[in-house]
Amino acid sequence: MTFFFFQLLNSLTFAALLFLVASGFTLIFGLMKIVNLAHGAIYLLGGYITYSVITMTGNFFLGILAAVVALALLGIFEQYLLKFAKGVDLRQVLITLGLAVMINDISLVLFGGDTLSVPVPEFLKTSVDFYDITYPKYRLFVLLFGIVVFIFLMLLMNKTKLGALIRAGVDDRETIEALGVNISRIFLITFMLGMALAAIAGGLGGAFLSLYPTADSEILVFSLAVVIIGGRGSLLGAALGSIIVASLSTFGQVWFPELSYFVIFGPMALLLAFRPNGLFGKPI
Amino acid sequence: MINKKHLFKILVLLLLIGLVVPFFTESYVISLCSLGFIYAIFAMSIDVLAGYAGRTSLCHGAIFGSAAYMTIYHVTVSGGDPLVAAIYGIIMAMIISLIFAALAVRTTGVYFLLLTLALGMIVWGICQRWTSVTGGENGLRGNIRPEWLMSAEHFYYFVLALLVISGLMMWRFVNSPFGLGLKGIRESESRMRSLGYNTTLHLILGFVISGIGAGLAGVLYAFFNSFVSPSSVALTQSVKGLLMVLVGGVGTLFGSLVGAAVLISLENLVSSFTQRWPFVMGLTFVLTMIFLPSGIVGKLLTNKR
Amino acid sequence: MDRRQFIKTSAVGGLGIFGAFESTFAQSTGPIKIGLMAPLTGVLAAGGKEIVEGFNLFWELNGKKAGGREVQIFIEDDGSNPDIALQKARKLTEQTKVDFLVGNLLANTGLAVAEYAKTNGIPYFIPVIAADDLTQRARIPNVIRVAGYSASQTTHPLGDYAYKKLGFRKIVTISQDYTFGHEQCGGLSQVFTENGGTILSQLWNPLNTQDFSSYFAQIKSAKPDAVFCMQTGADANRFLQQWTSFGMKGKIPLIGAQNTTDQSVIRSLGDEPEGIISASFFAEGNPVPATQKFVGEYNIANKQLPSIYGFTHYTAAIWLVKAINKLNGNIENRPLFLDTIKKTVLEESPLGKPVRLDNYGNPIYDVFIRKVVKRPDGKYWNVPIDSYPNVSQFWTYKPEEYMKQPPYSRTFQGIKKS
Repeated sequence: MTFFFFQLLNSLTFAALLFLVASGFTLIFGLMKIVNLAHGAIYLLGGYITYSVITMTGNFFLGILAAVVALALLGIFEQYLLKFAKGVDLRQVLITLGLAVMINDISLVLFGGDTLSVPVPEFLKTSVDFYDITYPKYRLFVLLFGIVVFIFLMLLMNKTKLGALIRAGVDDRETIEALGVNISRIFLITFMLGMALAAIAGGLGGAFLSLYPTADSEILVFSLAVVIIGGRGSLLGAALGSIIVASLSTFGQVWFPELSYFVIFGPMALLLAFRPNGLFGKPI
Repeated sequence: MINKKHLFKILVLLLLIGLVVPFFTESYVISLCSLGFIYAIFAMSIDVLAGYAGRTSLCHGAIFGSAAYMTIYHVTVSGGDPLVAAIYGIIMAMIISLIFAALAVRTTGVYFLLLTLALGMIVWGICQRWTSVTGGENGLRGNIRPEWLMSAEHFYYFVLALLVISGLMMWRFVNSPFGLGLKGIRESESRMRSLGYNTTLHLILGFVISGIGAGLAGVLYAFFNSFVSPSSVALTQSVKGLLMVLVGGVGTLFGSLVGAAVLISLENLVSSFTQRWPFVMGLTFVLTMIFLPSGIVGKLLTNKR
Repeated sequence: MDRRQFIKTSAVGGLGIFGAFESTFAQSTGPIKIGLMAPLTGVLAAGGKEIVEGFNLFWELNGKKAGGREVQIFIEDDGSNPDIALQKARKLTEQTKVDFLVGNLLANTGLAVAEYAKTNGIPYFIPVIAADDLTQRARIPNVIRVAGYSASQTTHPLGDYAYKKLGFRKIVTISQDYTFGHEQCGGLSQVFTENGGTILSQLWNPLNTQDFSSYFAQIKSAKPDAVFCMQTGADANRFLQQWTSFGMKGKIPLIGAQNTTDQSVIRSLGDEPEGIISASFFAEGNPVPATQKFVGEYNIANKQLPSIYGFTHYTAAIWLVKAINKLNGNIENRPLFLDTIKKTVLEESPLGKPVRLDNYGNPIYDVFIRKVVKRPDGKYWNVPIDSYPNVSQFWTYKPEEYMKQPPYSRTFQGIKKS
């Protein structure tokens, strides 16, 4: 019983991290129909920047803030580049692929190939004991943070004007443009929000998963699975998808170690083949 | 600037150059050219699906690599004959393409891209974990070339011949009624269906034929490299192939030749000077998509009315 | 990278030409070209960088010459990937026309290049590729483990020590699921069980495991006396951190493979690795003067303590130069070159004791049982607490007998049924 509970905590904390990464990804995919294949590279770069700033200043939150600002700016640049693709979806996706490769190489030059761990703030370094389990405080913090971000994003999407505009744009881009809304600005804001979420995820994830040259493609592949299972543009889908993928990964690791990739991608491939819009997604 | 008649003359000229290259260069360059030819076949197979059926995929690397695995496995583990292994390799490619096609053809565009990416990853995961069969991280190795292909020159001519043959066959295919049907599906799937075409079956067959091309390239790669590992089926392989198609020009078929040549030369040239080859590759991708979205050959073909 | 190398070497080469006049009978006067391959990008980029640093340190301290000829080093990145490694090996051999190949890190890259060396005949020296079979059942005459080691060589004695000195009787092993992991675990399991111990269970995690928490749960429920941990690179970092943050440290004793407590891992951690016992022929905290001299020089040049990657390649350079000097630079005669390498005894090893190769191309070492301790300056390093003299890749078995059993794999771990 304690074993199961332990594993459940592991799944949920990993799910929280995945949600942070995937939520930004699904918003961009939902609104702009762009699969931002550079999302993993952004995560990694965000983590590296957080690490560097913490090493220089000693302040964890300053590190995260620095990453958010830097990557939001990069987001503006990426959005600008994407305009060149003149709205052809496939072309945009491929540009993001090229960008991902470039960002990763730059990260390698700037931060080296060593495995780096983002230092955890002092007050979170210890563990909590309950029942038979010792669990790191930091992971529980990530879980809590994930829940808070989920609530924040849900409120943003459902209770604010911006959220209403974004949701309308996801449903029907043309009509909302015809209504006179400056859709480019909405796109930009959404894009930057997505980048910010990825950057935060990089900083937080870098503390318990560590940062190294291929971490970007690993997290990208998980995010893709989450977004495809959860559905394009749906936050609830991203949350549910994160839990499903994280659980498959955690429990799969123990029960089917030889098939670990299959356990995640098998369901994803089947879902995509028979229900391309995922659990809650809107058709393109 | 050039039209199809010119294109044909240029191709013949290139072939003639190709025939005499080994007399003027040393074995390393000859090997590099052979590798270029193998990738050209690979890229052309991707183009058949992407350019003509309008389905851009990220799984052809997995098909390519699976054929390579099958080929080397048959010779090194089962102790079989290399030519039989080659046939098994192509059959393997057909089986994998069939499975992929059955799952993927109902989607299009970005979803097709993602689904094929996922399917490719599954194959990669299997190659990496099924250690008893695929050798896992270590891969499979063994010099499997038959005696008459041992020298770099012989192998070069062999691959060149296969490149010409497969190129011609793919050209005939895309211009055949079946191939034109694929183009029709790309333009408007619903219209084709209303004309009575079984579009799903059509696409599946097109996918499998594209897979045969990738399989052939994979078999040749196995002979070239005498080694296969999970990185041969990885996403990077599909990305590389796709990039060759994009640089050359989607839907031009022979643009893939140009794309393969450009990328292989760039890779070798750049890595002699700097470690930053991945950056250059990513940059090439971005710049091509922005400035040359129809590729080099695509641009050349559209400039003349 | 190699343009810069070339300019540097030409400058030193100018000085080297003076040396060339010394040798009375030089078969060739052209430079000796060495092809060094290491992962400079990809998952093991950090280790690869140290391979290059270790190798270069020797030449920087001693000058780029050997046997009266100038030495040129051509460095290529193998990308932590066997396909790229093979490409680069071909390029170095056929285009750059090097005289021999050195390096690589991951076993799969080494195996790919070894296969190429087998058909091509070019000498290939592997200070860090530890796949057992390359010097056992599948040995290739021109592939020699100069200054290297075989994977199970250091874990055989660890299995012995764990039973006899540490008093453990029931162990759980957790290792990365690939050949290097299988072989290290196999070495330990075989000797441990032959002494009478029991392996309760064996956990295998894929390379690049993000999260070890589910494995910890399994370890806890098995209730072992100790855990043997074989992880390299990023996995080792994560394992050690998570081992501490999940409260496992101190509750269950941990013994590690040499790569798990290697400097490349522990230097970026805090106190997580303190007290872990491992076995290796190299301990950077060994007070022996020869070792400390090397560690000091390495620290000055690279501002960090040396890992096994830097150490093995530095030693390999010493070894190669000794053999080349003996032949007065005539390495074109390959059989003679290979034979000289095999017969060379390295008196000048930074280990402080002469090192020689066994009849199968693998070195024989004193293996230290080492412990991670804190230095006065706050850094951590591995210090020897015991040693097993003259350990070969075959432990105490007769080579022919040992090679009758299959190589270690996931299915064969040498476990003796009691």
